[in-house]
Amino acid sequence: MDTQLELEIVTPTGVVVRENVDEVEAPGVMGHFGVLPGHRPFMSQLRAGQLRYRTGNDNHYVAVHWGFAEVLPDKVTILVETAEIAGDIDLERAESAKKRAEERMQQFGAAYDADKVKAEYDRAQARIDAVEQARKQS
Amino acid sequence: MPSLRDLKRRTESVKNTQQITSAMKMVSAAKLRRSQDAILSARPFAKKMLQVLNSLATRADMDAHPLLTVREPKNIDVIVISADKGLCGSFNANIMKKAERFLGGLEAESLDLQIVGKKSRDYFRRRAYNIRSEFVDIFRDLNYENAAAIARPLIASYHEPDSEAGQENTVDAVYLIYNEFKNVIQQDVVVEQLLPIQKLDLDNDTERQDYIYEPSAEEIYNAVIPRHVEYQVWHALLESAAAEHAARMTAMDNASKNAAELIEDLTLTMNKVRQATITREILEIVSGAEAIQ
Repeated sequence: MDTQLELEIVTPTGVVVRENVDEVEAPGVMGHFGVLPGHRPFMSQLRAGQLRYRTGNDNHYVAVHWGFAEVLPDKVTILVETAEIAGDIDLERAESAKKRAEERMQQFGAAYDADKVKAEYDRAQARIDAVEQARKQS
Repeated sequence: MPSLRDLKRRTESVKNTQQITSAMKMVSAAKLRRSQDAILSARPFAKKMLQVLNSLATRADMDAHPLLTVREPKNIDVIVISADKGLCGSFNANIMKKAERFLGGLEAESLDLQIVGKKSRDYFRRRAYNIRSEFVDIFRDLNYENAAAIARPLIASYHEPDSEAGQENTVDAVYLIYNEFKNVIQQDVVVEQLLPIQKLDLDNDTERQDYIYEPSAEEIYNAVIPRHVEYQVWHALLESAAAEHAARMTAMDNASKNAAELIEDLTLTMNKVRQATITREILEIVSGAEAIQ
C-alpha cells in the first residue's frame, strides 16, 4: 500500500498543484470528504469551497470553484474551473467581491441571475475561508 | 530627379516605420510564446476531462443528454472569432471570407451571430446579419470566464427547445469559426460544430475503474458535458490568440524586410543623386574656367 497520495489540481489555465501529499480534504457537493492513501476509487462533484491538503505537518489551503474530484488509491485528481492557493489570494479583493455579491443578492432577491450572484458569493467566501485557515495555521 | 533633401526625409521616415514594425514583431513573438504556453497548459484539463467522460460512459446513458440530441437545424448560431486589432496580415480577412461563405451556404430559418473581436464586429455590423452578442476586447486579458460567458447562454438555449418564452432564443445548431494555430507561418481557418456535440472521441479499451459516485454517475455526467462545450470555446479562443500573434509576427517581419529593402534602394538613389550633383558642380566650375580663358 502506498503511503502517499499524488495530488493534482488541474484547471483550464494549467496545473496548479502537483505534489505528493499525505491527506486531502475536499468540498464535495454532499459534504467535505477526506482522502487518505489507499482510498477506494471515488468520484465526486465539488462545490465552491476550500480544499486542504497535508504533507507531514504542513497544511495547505486552496480555494476551488466548481469541478470534480477523482480519487484513486494512490492518486487524487481535482478538476476545477478555478483554483487559487491561499498565499496568492488577495483578501481585500475577495472581501469586496463578497460584499458586492451580498448587495446584489439583497437588491434583486431571488430574481434574475440569482445563480450567478450566488456563485460569485460562494467563490468569494471560499477564498476568504482559505486565507483565514491558512493564517490560523501559521 | 528627386532632390537630396526629399530622399533623406523619406529614408528617415521609412527607418522610423521599420523601427516600429520590428518592435511590434518582437512584442508579438513574446506574446505568441505566452499564448502557446497557454494552449499547452490547457491540455491536461482536456485530457483529464475526456478520461472522466470515458469512465462515465458505461455508467450513464451517453446519448440521452440534451446537448447530444440532434434536431432539425432551423435556428443556427455561429460564433466567429477574429482579432481585436489589425496589422496581422490576412488573419482577419481570411476569417471574414470563410465566415461569409459558410453563412451563405447555410439553410436556416434564422441565423444569429456571436461575434468575438472588434474586427469581425465592424465587418458584420455593416452587413445584414443578426448579431446576437458581441465580445470585444477580451484578448488582452483572456481568461476562462470569457469562454464560459460565450458558451453558457448557448448551452442554455440549446437545452430548452420547446419552452415558450425562449422561442426566439432557441438554437438547434452552433458552429464555431476561428483561426487555428498550425505553426508560426501557417494559420488555418476552421469551422467546427459545437452543438449538438459530435460523437465524443472516447476510447473504449481503457481499463475502467469501478468508482463510487457522489452524487451519481448521471449527475456528474450531466455536469461535465456542458463544461466540455465551454472548454471547446476556450480552446478556440486560445488557438485564435496564438494564431493572431503568429500572423502579426510574420506580417511585421515581412514589413521590416520590405522597409530594409526600401531603405537600401533609397540610399542607392541618394548616393547617385549626390554623385550627380558633385559631377555637375565640377563640370560647372571647369566650364566656367574654360569660358574665362
